[in-house]
Amino acid sequence: MADLRTDFVGIRSPNPFWLASAPPTDKEYNVRRAFEAGWGGVVWKTLGAEGPPVVNVNGPRYGVIHGPDRRVLGLNNIELITDRPLEVNLREIKQVKRDFPDRAMVVSLMVPCDEESWKAILARVEETECDGVELNFGCPHGMSERGMGSAVGQVPEYIEMVTRWVKQHSRLPCLVKLTPNITDIRKPAEAAKRGGADAVSLINTINSITSVNLDTFSPEPSIDGKGAHGGYCGPAVKPIALNMVAEIARNPETRDLPISGIGGITTWRDAAEFLALGAGSVQVCTAAMTYGFGIIREMTAGLSAWMDEKGFTSVSQVTGRAVPNVTDWQYLNLNYVTKARIDQDLCIKCGRCYAACEDTSHQAIAMKPGRVFEVIDAECVACNLCVDVCPVENCITMVELPKGTVDPRTGITVGDYANWTTHPNNPMARAAE
Amino acid sequence: MTSPQTPGIAAHRLDAARLASNFEDVQPPLDHHEARVAADRCYFCYDAPCIAACPTEIDIPLFIRQIQAGRPVEAAMTIWSQNIFGGACARVCPTEQLCEGACVREAAEGKPVEIGRLQRYATDAGMARNSHPFAREAPTGKHVAVVGAGPAGLACAHRLAMRGHDVVVFEKRPKPGGLNEYGIAAYKVPGDFAQAEVDWLLGIGGIEIRCGVELGRDVTLDQLRAEYDAVFLGIGLQDTNALGVPGENRAGVEDAVDFIERLRQTPDKGALPVGRSVVVIGGGMTAVDAAVQSRALGAETVTIVYRRGQEAMSASRHEQEHAQTRGVRIMHEAAPREIRGNGAVSEVAFAYTEAGPDGLRLREAGFRLEADQVLKAIGQRLGPLPEGLGVRGGKIDPASLPAGVWVGGDCAPGGEDLTVTATAQGRDAAEAIHRHLTGPAA
Ligand SMILES: Cc1cc2nc3c(=O)[nH]c(=O)nc-3n(C[C@H](O)[C@H](O)[C@H](O)COP(=O)(O)OP(=O)(O)OC[C@H]3O[C@@H](n4cnc5c(N)ncnc54)[C@H](O)[C@@H]3O)c2cc1C
Ligand SMILES: Cc1cc2nc3c(=O)[nH]c(=O)nc-3n(C[C@H](O)[C@H](O)[C@H](O)COP(=O)(O)O)c2cc1C
Ligand code: SF4
Repeated sequence: MADLRTDFVGIRSPNPFWLASAPPTDKEYNVRRAFEAGWGGVVWKTLGAEGPPVVNVNGPRYGVIHGPDRRVLGLNNIELITDRPLEVNLREIKQVKRDFPDRAMVVSLMVPCDEESWKAILARVEETECDGVELNFGCPHGMSERGMGSAVGQVPEYIEMVTRWVKQHSRLPCLVKLTPNITDIRKPAEAAKRGGADAVSLINTINSITSVNLDTFSPEPSIDGKGAHGGYCGPAVKPIALNMVAEIARNPETRDLPISGIGGITTWRDAAEFLALGAGSVQVCTAAMTYGFGIIREMTAGLSAWMDEKGFTSVSQVTGRAVPNVTDWQYLNLNYVTKARIDQDLCIKCGRCYAACEDTSHQAIAMKPGRVFEVIDAECVACNLCVDVCPVENCITMVELPKGTVDPRTGITVGDYANWTTHPNNPMARAAE
Repeated sequence: MTSPQTPGIAAHRLDAARLASNFEDVQPPLDHHEARVAADRCYFCYDAPCIAACPTEIDIPLFIRQIQAGRPVEAAMTIWSQNIFGGACARVCPTEQLCEGACVREAAEGKPVEIGRLQRYATDAGMARNSHPFAREAPTGKHVAVVGAGPAGLACAHRLAMRGHDVVVFEKRPKPGGLNEYGIAAYKVPGDFAQAEVDWLLGIGGIEIRCGVELGRDVTLDQLRAEYDAVFLGIGLQDTNALGVPGENRAGVEDAVDFIERLRQTPDKGALPVGRSVVVIGGGMTAVDAAVQSRALGAETVTIVYRRGQEAMSASRHEQEHAQTRGVRIMHEAAPREIRGNGAVSEVAFAYTEAGPDGLRLREAGFRLEADQVLKAIGQRLGPLPEGLGVRGGKIDPASLPAGVWVGGDCAPGGEDLTVTATAQGRDAAEAIHRHLTGPAA
C-alpha cells in the first residue's frame, strides 16, 4: 500500500486530502466528523478580526448547475467568512487539534489590510497550536467590497505586503490562497513568493451568476428578488483550476513554490491530476458538500491503489510528474499526425460523430448505407471532436500515422519532430541553422 | 359472492379493490424527475433511426430534447404535428417493435430510451392545457365525408379540418373512437382516456360526428360521393375469422373482440361474467388482451393456444411476457379439433400441429383442455363493402376505388394493423385529399 502521508511545507497529515476553508470546516462539530471519517486535514473556515462577526444573508446562499439526474456540476455561493465569534472558533480549533494531533489544522484568515490587524489575529491564532495559516485573498463577494479577499488578491503588491507582515509576525507556515478572478495567475503567485509565502493554494471561487429566474427576472440564488454574483466551484471549475496550478508550477519564478491544489476535486483521480500538475496537497469543498464526508474513503483508497499500480510509494513522487509535459502551443510537434478510427463493432450507429464533423468540423466522416460511419482520412484533421461526442467509450480512437507515411489529407510525409517556431508559414520562424 | 374457483361463467369473482388494481394503468406515467432523467438518455442521433421506425415519423429526438429543456407542451406539439393520436399511441404502441426497437441504446445496452413513456409525459402535459392547440386554416368551402370514427377516420378528419375543409364523420357505433374505444385493452387506456382524447381532438372545430349511421345501411357510398367533395373510408375490420370446427356455436364460445368490447363498455367490471377456465385461441394482440383481461376479471386458469411456434405469434414478445406475468399460460403448436360439451362448452380437444410442405398439418396426437369459456381470436377481416370495391390481400384494393374516394387504417393495405399505422394513413389521405381539392387540377 502506497504511503499517503504528506508533509506539505512542514504541515503533516496522514493523507493529502484536506477540506478547504468553507462550511464543512466552519465548526468543531463538522471538523470532528471529518477527522473521524478520515480526512487528512482541514483549513478552518476563514476567521475575521475581533469584534462583531459578519452577517450572512438569511435567504438562499447557493446556486447550482445540474447535470443529468440532478448531479451537481457546479455550485455558486454568496456566503461570507465565518459568522461566528472569533473566540469561539479559536477555542474549538485548539480543542480539535489537541484531540487529533496527527491531522493538519490550518487556519484561514481575512482581516483588514493593515499591519496591526494581521499582527493581532496572528498572535491569537498561534495560541491554538494549529499547523499553519492560509491567507484568504480569494473570496470574490461580500468581503472584497470591504477591501479584503479578492480585492487584495487582485493586486499583487498588496499580496506581497500582507504576506510579508504575516511572515514577520508569525512563525507559522503561511499559505496564500489565490483568486482566479485575474488575468494572469502567475503574477499573484510571484507576489506571494516575494512576500515570503511558504506555499500558495488555489483556486478560490470564480465570479459567477448560475442562472436567472425567467419568471421574476432575478439572478439565482434570489434574495427578495435580487441576486449578486457569487463564487463558482465544483466539478465545472476543475479545468480552470488545473491550468492555473500548472501555470504556477512551470513558471520559472515560482516553480519551487509548493501548491495546495483546489477546484472541483471530486474523486481520487481529480486529486491525482492536481498532484501531477504540481500540487503537494489538495483541498476539497463542493464534493464534500454534495456527498458528505464519506467520500474520503474512495479518495484515499483510489489514490493509494493507483499509486501502487504505478509503483509510486509516496505522494511526493507524484507531485509535478506532468509538469514537464505542459508546454506552450508553439512547441507542440506538428509532425504528430493522427486520424480518427471508428470501431465498427462498438459503433451503435447514433451518428453523432457524423453530425458533429459534417456540420461543424471538416466533413471527414462518411455516412454509408445501413448507417455505417467511416472516417475519410483525406479530410480528417484529427480534431478529436468525434471522439468527444461519441457516447461509446473507445469506439472512436485516434491512431497515429507512423513516421514515413503520407498524410492523405496534406500529401506530406510524416517526419521528425518539428514545431511552429521553425515552420515555413511562421513569419518569425528562425531559419534552421 | 363468487370466487375464481366458482365453476361456469360467473360475475363478481373478485372484490372491487382487486378489480380496480387489476385494471389500473399498466404503466404509470413518469413524474417530472423521472421524465428528465429518461429524456437525458437520448443521444439526439443524426437522422435518428427511431424516427424512421415510427409509422407517423414523429421527430422523436426533438420532442425529447424539448422535455429535457423543460418544455413538455412544446414537445407535445412536435408529436401532434405528426400524430394527432400521440396520446393514445404513447399508451398502446408496441414500442419495442417500433421506435424503441430502433433506439441505438437498445443496440448498445438492451435498454432503449423510454420513448413511449416520454411521449405520454409530453402529451399528458399538453392535454392538461385543456385547449386545442391547432388552428384551422382559411375555410376552403369544401366538404369531406369520413366513414368510421376510428384512429384512421379521425386523424383524417382532423387534418382536413386543419386545412380548412368541413368534415362530417359517419360512425355506425354509438360512440366515436373505433377500437381505441371498443378494442384496446382497458389497462392501457384507463379512465375513459379514449373519449377524452376524441373530445380534445374535435376541439379544432369543423368536424361533425354522426354516430349510429352505417354506410351500406343508412347511407350509400354513391350518396356520399354525390353530396361531398371527397370521401374517406376508415372502416376497419368488422368481421372475424371462424374456427370451422364442430361445437363452435356452443354457449360459452364467442369472439374475443366481442368479449373485449363488452368489457370496455361496462363501467362496473365486477358485473362482467367470466369463465373459471378460459381458453383463448389465437396468437395476436387480441388473444393476449382477451386472456389478460379474463384473468384480471378473476378467471382461475387462462390458456392461450396458438397453432404455430412462439416466434410466429404476432403479439410482441413484450406482450407475451406481460400475459405470462399476469398468470396466463401460453401453449404453442396446437389447433382446436372440436369444442365439446353437454350444451355449453366444457372442454376443447386440440391436435398438435406440424409444418408441412403445404402448410400446417394436424397430427393425430393431441390433448384436451377443460374450458367453460372459449374466446376466439384468430383474426379480424373486412366486413361487407360498398358495391364495386374489390378486395386484395384481405384489404380494400385501392385500385378499385372510384374517383374521389380514399381509404386508410386497418381496412387498407400497408403496414401493420396498429393505431399508429391507421393514424399515419388517415393523415396522409387527408393531405392527398387536400391536394386534390385545392391543387391546380381542382
Ligand atoms: C383487441 C384489440 C387490441 C388491440 N390492441 C392494440 C394495441 O395495443 N396497440 C395498437 O397499436 N393497436 C392495437 N389494436 C389494433 C388497433 O386498434 C387498430 O389497428 C386501429 O384501431 C385501426 O384503426 P381504424 O381506424 O383503421 O379502425 P377501427 O379502429 O376499427 O375504426 C373503424 C371505425 O369504423 C366504424 N365502421 C366500420 N364500418 C362502418 C360502416 N359501414 N359505417 C360506419 N362506420 C363504420 C367502426 O365502428 C369503427 O368505429 C388492437 C386491436 C384489437 C382488435
Ligand atoms: C473550438 C473552439 C474554437 C473557438 N474559436 C474562437 C475564435 O477563433 N474566435 C472567437 O472569438 N471565439 C472562438 N471560440 C469561442 C466561441 O465563439 C464562443 O464564444 C464560446 O465557445 C462560448 O460559447 P458556447 O460555449 O456557448 O458555445 C471558440 C470556441 C471553440 C469551442
Ligand atoms: S477527428 Fe475531427 S475531423 Fe477527424 S473525423 Fe473526427 S470530427 Fe472529423
